[in-house]
Amino acid sequence: MAKMRLMRLSAYFGRTRALKEINLDIPESNVTAVIGPSGCGKSTLVRCLNRMHEAVKDARVEGEVLLDGENIYAPGVDPAQIRRRVGMVFQKPAPFPTMSIEDNVAAGLKLNGLGRSRAERAEIVERSLRRAALWDEVKDELGKPGTSLSGGQQQRLCIARALAVEPEVLLMDEPCSALDPISTAHIEELVLELKSQYTIVIVTHNMQQAARVSDFTAFLLGGILIEFSDTKQIFTNPEQQETEDYITGRFG
Amino acid sequence: METSQLQHTNRQYEEELRDLRNNLLKMGGTVERQIADAVQATVNRDSAMAQRVIADDAEVNRMDIEVEELCIKLLALRQPAARDLRFITTGLKINVDLERIGDLAVNIAERALELNQEPMVKPFLDIPRMATLARSMVKDSLDAFTREDCALAEDVIRRDDQVDQLNYQIFRELLSYMAEDARTIGRGTRILFVSRYLERIADHATAIAEMVIFMVKGKTIRHMDKAQR
Repeated sequence: MAKMRLMRLSAYFGRTRALKEINLDIPESNVTAVIGPSGCGKSTLVRCLNRMHEAVKDARVEGEVLLDGENIYAPGVDPAQIRRRVGMVFQKPAPFPTMSIEDNVAAGLKLNGLGRSRAERAEIVERSLRRAALWDEVKDELGKPGTSLSGGQQQRLCIARALAVEPEVLLMDEPCSALDPISTAHIEELVLELKSQYTIVIVTHNMQQAARVSDFTAFLLGGILIEFSDTKQIFTNPEQQETEDYITGRFG
Repeated sequence: METSQLQHTNRQYEEELRDLRNNLLKMGGTVERQIADAVQATVNRDSAMAQRVIADDAEVNRMDIEVEELCIKLLALRQPAARDLRFITTGLKINVDLERIGDLAVNIAERALELNQEPMVKPFLDIPRMATLARSMVKDSLDAFTREDCALAEDVIRRDDQVDQLNYQIFRELLSYMAEDARTIGRGTRILFVSRYLERIADHATAIAEMVIFMVKGKTIRHMDKAQR
């Protein structure tokens, strides 16, 4: 079943059209990978899924994005509410520098009216860190600054922060490109664990990563969705010549 | 899907894929010659030629290992996808079939050496016909591989029936000889083996052809009957 549905979605930066009439169904409780060369619109695509795109000056969106059948661009929809339901993890782990590990995880709670009591807050922090597979490593030093952690741990901290507000969809924009292979493996393992509870969309430059973690793969080129299919199909026998050329390294 | 005209961005990779293709073709050329020589050694009662076929096996074995190592290296270092992945996995499997064809040619040569110790049962007629057919199937299956030619691969698969028929025909004929004169049983059985080896060679050529269709179309046709294909 489609958790999100993109209908003739176009995205603009000023007069430049970065995405061209994308139609795409994002299946619930699955991992969907978005691949394609630099500048093809991968990041723009995921930023349209939680109304982050319009935060850029002169940027706008045409078409519809449905979340459980409701258009997130309909008039009167609160973008903050959408961003709570559709969380995001970025390329570079960016914990809030002045905050402790605990405060980092809890950062989004107040804004969303969650974790009002101390006990409730502590419970959410623990649950989120456990889901992000970080709890065992940090449980005795929750008061330490988030920035004292290693890069891989910081990224899992950011995932915990995103999970704390109970999102339904998790967008990950190249979450491993700043990490070493071991930390990358931790994140990938985590993605596979999280997909039973969340719908995940992951942008990646690393095609082996897309092959390893995703159930479905979307290939974008020049702002156009060239092919969307079962990941196994894409990597063994894609339908489109452009996909074939890209994943076999016959490109540019 | 049409063959991409684009080259890999990585030239070294392109080169290695070409090496794999060339090594398989070289290996194919060698086993084709082995089949022809082994059957000639049988028909012309040429023991020296039979010995040469047996000696050639070392070369085929060496190529087998070389091709396998190249495939494993490509899989490990290049993480191939799509058409390249199918090409390399097909290469790995074709390699096994070619090596087995070489072994079967050696088996024919070994039977020739034994047959040459005794008088002929009868002049060979169907064995050379069968050999020509089997050999052309091996050649065409490899041509289909190089040219990514599904029509030719399908033709190879069809020809397997003719070889099977000849095999059966030889069996029936030799059976009547052996029933008539028990002294021919030893030689008759050896000729039956030769016929069986050729039939197996044709089966390996068929397997290669089936793999070519998988490589080109990304669709597995093995273990399917004709209607399903």
